[in-house]
Amino acid sequence: MATAVVTAERENYLNKEYGVRSWLLTVDHKRIALLYLVSVTFFFLIGGLFALLIRLELLTPAGDLVQADTYNKLFTMHGMVMVFFFLIPVVPAVLGNFLVPLMIGAKDLAFPRINLLSWYLYIIAGVLMLHCMLTGGVDTGWTFYTPFSTAFSNTKVVEAGIAVFINGFSSIFTGLNFIVTIHRMRAPGMTWSRLPLFIWAQYATSVIMILGTPVVAVTIVLVAVERLFHLGIFDPKLGGDPLLFQHLFWFYSHPAVYIMILPSMGVISELITCFSRKRIFGYSFVALSSIGIAVLGFLVWAHHMFVAGISLYAALIFSALSYLVGVPSAIKVFNWTATLYRGSITYSTPMLYAFGFLGLFTIGGLTGLFLACLGVDVHVTDTYFVVAHFHYVMVGGVLMGYLGGIHFWWPKITGRMYPEFWGRLSALIVFVGFNLTFFPQFILGYLGMPRRYYQYVPEYQVLNVLSTAGATVLGVGYLMPMVYLLWSMRYGKPASDNPWNAAGLEWMTSSPPPTFNFDETPVVDFEAYDYEHIPEKHEEEVAVG
Amino acid sequence: MDSHAAVEHGPELLHHFSDAEQQRNAASLGMWLFLVTEIMFFGGMFCAYLVYRYWYFGDFGAASQTLDIRLGAFNTAVLIGSSLTVAMSIWAAQTGRRKVLVGLLLATILLGLVFLGVKAVEYHDKFEHHHVPGASFHFEGEVPGHPGLPVNPYHAQMFFSLYFAMTGLHALHMIIGIGLFSYLTYKAWTGYYTPKYYTPIENAGLYWHFVDIVWIYLFPLLYLIDRHR
Repeated sequence: MATAVVTAERENYLNKEYGVRSWLLTVDHKRIALLYLVSVTFFFLIGGLFALLIRLELLTPAGDLVQADTYNKLFTMHGMVMVFFFLIPVVPAVLGNFLVPLMIGAKDLAFPRINLLSWYLYIIAGVLMLHCMLTGGVDTGWTFYTPFSTAFSNTKVVEAGIAVFINGFSSIFTGLNFIVTIHRMRAPGMTWSRLPLFIWAQYATSVIMILGTPVVAVTIVLVAVERLFHLGIFDPKLGGDPLLFQHLFWFYSHPAVYIMILPSMGVISELITCFSRKRIFGYSFVALSSIGIAVLGFLVWAHHMFVAGISLYAALIFSALSYLVGVPSAIKVFNWTATLYRGSITYSTPMLYAFGFLGLFTIGGLTGLFLACLGVDVHVTDTYFVVAHFHYVMVGGVLMGYLGGIHFWWPKITGRMYPEFWGRLSALIVFVGFNLTFFPQFILGYLGMPRRYYQYVPEYQVLNVLSTAGATVLGVGYLMPMVYLLWSMRYGKPASDNPWNAAGLEWMTSSPPPTFNFDETPVVDFEAYDYEHIPEKHEEEVAVG
Repeated sequence: MDSHAAVEHGPELLHHFSDAEQQRNAASLGMWLFLVTEIMFFGGMFCAYLVYRYWYFGDFGAASQTLDIRLGAFNTAVLIGSSLTVAMSIWAAQTGRRKVLVGLLLATILLGLVFLGVKAVEYHDKFEHHHVPGASFHFEGEVPGHPGLPVNPYHAQMFFSLYFAMTGLHALHMIIGIGLFSYLTYKAWTGYYTPKYYTPIENAGLYWHFVDIVWIYLFPLLYLIDRHR
């Protein structure tokens, strides 16, 4: 208990200054991470609300809750909010911001002010998006497909486009900041081969952010300009080509899927090593597979366009390349599994989420191979099979990793422990709810139910009811952590500096860390995940902290 | 010399860097990465340009030949000249020549303004000839090398759409650059930059060279299509 009192009184990044101003003008990466935590959670709730309305409408075959126009706006805004304002920033901007400097032994990111600028750009974009949604919304689908978006839709396409454009720069600056930080700010002895795999994943993510995002930004500019001034760049009536839009859009938006999933994969590497008390199996393979995914991710975009009218030869090549992405992804899954083998496993909340990730990502990844296959893809294009597939990867994968990470580092972030029982329960509920929501959608899609319609034939109703029921369970599972994590900030047990007895520099400073992270710059003379050399703590010690 | 080299540093060293060299390296890498994102940003437009130029080569040639090659060439020379003054300003900063530095930065701004002025004249000309895409767009002519084959006005309009989008984006970068250099000139005049600390000059220089290089590509792509006929 004495330790706890000392920890509480120590000056740290949370109690150093108080007041709104000290938060809104902070350049401390840890505080900016918390600003992001609050804002992405807000957008998650908005996107979740749209999801709820979509699932409610689909409870019955007829259109009773909303009609076609409203439904189009619902799935569009669900997609835009969740993709651009939640999934893309969530792990890098919250966990990455908090952990990248801590894990490499730096005092802050290389450009703290640009980091704050990123958050403000995100907020400006978010406010614009909210304004767009409140004053009529947009109905193009999150993909902005032309010529519908440029010539036909009578909703707020330009405003949504500007929001996505500005948000893109937030993402670009975050990526740029991470790359420079990882290159230039590592503590003495922190070589590339000693970096935690979370850092490798963030690095690969950042590469995609800075290479892909500008392309979608300029594409959205072209859409907006074409809509405003009636140019013909994507308009077939004026000699333009809508396929060019799809190429440019997916050149970013397919790699964007890896912007979402890679950071979560990094989290999983941290969780699995810690809770099986083992060094990761095949460190360099897991590290380089992140880079491999980033590189290959840029070569597969046209698999979104197999039925859009690209040439058969192009489709064949993109199909083959899409299969290749399976290789680095499988390397990761196999190496995580091999790490578990003969490890001494504890079933703490973060580990339960990691197991959930393994299961859901594997299903999502394998069904991705179905879709990479030309013949199968033609059959299931634009059906619920695709919807189920990308939700397994983007929601099952990303959110499981994120929630696991949030629980794992919560003691470091807040200095408090979350309630373990409720944590495990929520992990279980999320896993069950997720599968109940999205597994029926695989079957629906295989049976031919198309996506993006508000009505369907009565034969599909049973599976849709299951899916909606699952979504309710899932919603409860997501709300629970919000409640008990908030509760724990005040009433949680004070956390020790290293409650999990985990490896890594972030656990060698106090919880919560001081403003400049370390009292003295650490010198690294150990390998990553050196769990053989960390003595086991007893259960009581962990609890007392 | 004081032995506490780490303690004795200028006010420009930020708290989270361990020394001035680390800060300089970080800023430089950051700038290079930013330029990479800029290449990708322009890349989307270059991609659109390449596709349509390949499809509508004859119409693009006809439209391109209405551009004033002399003004384009003059502007190219002006921009290359400004890159020279930027490169020399870095030298002036390195060697601590404050007044020379200020003079060279001002020269850069001036050349940038000349470029934009000429660009404005060219844009004005396009307005007068109804070559601005939109409702009032009008284009008549023959495909170069194919007498009697009329130009498809939609394809000519596509050329001008891309022309305005690409040169407009480039001009926007010039305006930002001029703003940047105005700030640097003021700081240089106050003596903020020393041979030990001139990173902002170097990084703004990198940016300016990049904008220059974009133009070096834009000039032949937009002005010199099928000119040999």
